[in-house]
Amino acid sequence: MVNEYLTIHEARALLDKKEISSVELTQHILKRIEALEPRVKSFVTVMPEVALEQAKAADAAIAAGNIAPLTGIPMAIKDVICTKGIKTTCSSKMLANYVPPYDATVMQKLYAVGAVLVGKANMDEFAMGSSTENSTFFITHNPWDLTRVPGGSSGGSAAAVACGEAVFSLGSDTGGSIRQPAGFTSLVGMKPTYGRVSRYGLVAFASSLDQIGPLTLDVTDCALVMNVISGWDNCDSTSVSIPVPDYTRCFTSDLKGLRIGIPKEYFVKGMQPGVESAMKVAIARLEELGASVDWKVSLPHTSYALAVYYIIAPSEASANLARYDGVKYGYSYPDTDNMWEAMEKTRQFGFGAEVKRRIMLGTYALSAGYYDAYYLKAQKVRTLIRREFDEAFGKYDVLVTPTSPTVPFKIGEKTDNPLEMYLSDVCTLPINIAGVPAISIPAGFDNNLPIGMQIIGKPFAEETILRTAYAYEQATDWHKRRPGI
Amino acid sequence: MENKPKISREEVLHVARLARVGLSEEDVAKFTRQLSNILENFTALEQVDTGGVPPTSQSIPLVNVMKPDEVRPSLIPDEVLTNAPCREGDFFRIRAVLEE
Repeated sequence: MVNEYLTIHEARALLDKKEISSVELTQHILKRIEALEPRVKSFVTVMPEVALEQAKAADAAIAAGNIAPLTGIPMAIKDVICTKGIKTTCSSKMLANYVPPYDATVMQKLYAVGAVLVGKANMDEFAMGSSTENSTFFITHNPWDLTRVPGGSSGGSAAAVACGEAVFSLGSDTGGSIRQPAGFTSLVGMKPTYGRVSRYGLVAFASSLDQIGPLTLDVTDCALVMNVISGWDNCDSTSVSIPVPDYTRCFTSDLKGLRIGIPKEYFVKGMQPGVESAMKVAIARLEELGASVDWKVSLPHTSYALAVYYIIAPSEASANLARYDGVKYGYSYPDTDNMWEAMEKTRQFGFGAEVKRRIMLGTYALSAGYYDAYYLKAQKVRTLIRREFDEAFGKYDVLVTPTSPTVPFKIGEKTDNPLEMYLSDVCTLPINIAGVPAISIPAGFDNNLPIGMQIIGKPFAEETILRTAYAYEQATDWHKRRPGI
Repeated sequence: MENKPKISREEVLHVARLARVGLSEEDVAKFTRQLSNILENFTALEQVDTGGVPPTSQSIPLVNVMKPDEVRPSLIPDEVLTNAPCREGDFFRIRAVLEE
């Protein structure tokens, strides 16, 4: 029998030695899903037959010697990424029955190397949220403490990997939606540089901020998934043609020569003492590994990032979500012959509260009389935030911060106060605004609740981030802890 | 708070109409309160000196990506139309735009 938890590289070794088949591994994962789903609820859709078919094909490929690192490995995919012939709901009533007629580019790439899709993961509706409580279907629970949220919006993708219901998963990150749930569930989660991974087939939320990225049990797995999903795509004109390196080749056991900056603005008011002390210990460990650490870095415009984000992201969302009109696909309000009434009612009943709130906010910020004061102003401050990162990266190779100011919060704790919910992404939002890459890795616990450390890099310097993360991981044991579920 | 709300009930109704989102009475009251609260927090941006600063609309140095004008296969209409709430032949059926 296989372990309850396997990384991609551990599963690969077993598959290559013929100790297990992909079908056996997939059956093991499906059993785990059956046992844990009533309590965790990571998945909107689980497809045992589809998964076993794909596993069988992967076994045939392995037998024929046609083996890539992800061949035969079971994965979960956030339900915002289009899967041909398989429902893609965005955890919204609006798309509850939507079956895409095409695969996202990342799916084409993962299928091409023989990865096995076990299910579509729950999320905040249209990726808007920080706790997965905005799913129209149900709340996902944190495997480390079922009374707490797994973070969001990629909460289902995080919970699934954290409790062994998938070996790895993909999420999407517009303001922290991969990194914050990775931090909340003690996983490795990467938001690549804007343009590194194709967004074709990713249901659009905020097009200038969205990126797809992996959630994995360790840094090696993160690099293995990045190797597959990265690269230029003819179908995404914002993807970039910079060559994709082998991300596993940048690993070193020490960090000699690495210059690390600690931006003081990220140690915010309201940060929990447990998070702050864990970060200090973790950064001291990076220093022991040979890196030089400057604690006095300042990015003074950081405090404006929240406002910039909550103007730009809803503005883009209000335009992107205009497509849900009840005509081409999705929910359509049936009981009227009046076109405008049908459209308004379709959007009234098809969207949940947070989605409507953001459409309203974005429409307001873009409307006549307010455009200059809100949207244009936010875009200008965005420039200042980007410049600050550019300047910092003249002196430092990476910046290190906490991923979130708190450990996972209780279900229901922040649902009545949108602004307080928005604050849980305060350390991750600026990274999307600047478009730079960042990772969250396990960096400690407070009362058995996970704490994530964020490592931020220069545009397209994912290798430097992964090198830093790998060296830290090798020197610590946090990534080996598993929830007692 | 003595401050006048940043957004009035009438503005909420106006924005809802622009966005074509129907709202219940309860939603109108809730959004008036919540959006005011959120916008109140955005006033901090006014303090930032952005004189001479160009806006950023996206973060990568790509401009006007063009593709060759080539005929390529498209999605299969029948597959696309299976998602249509109301279909007639190879068309989406919609409600009357112009009243009789």
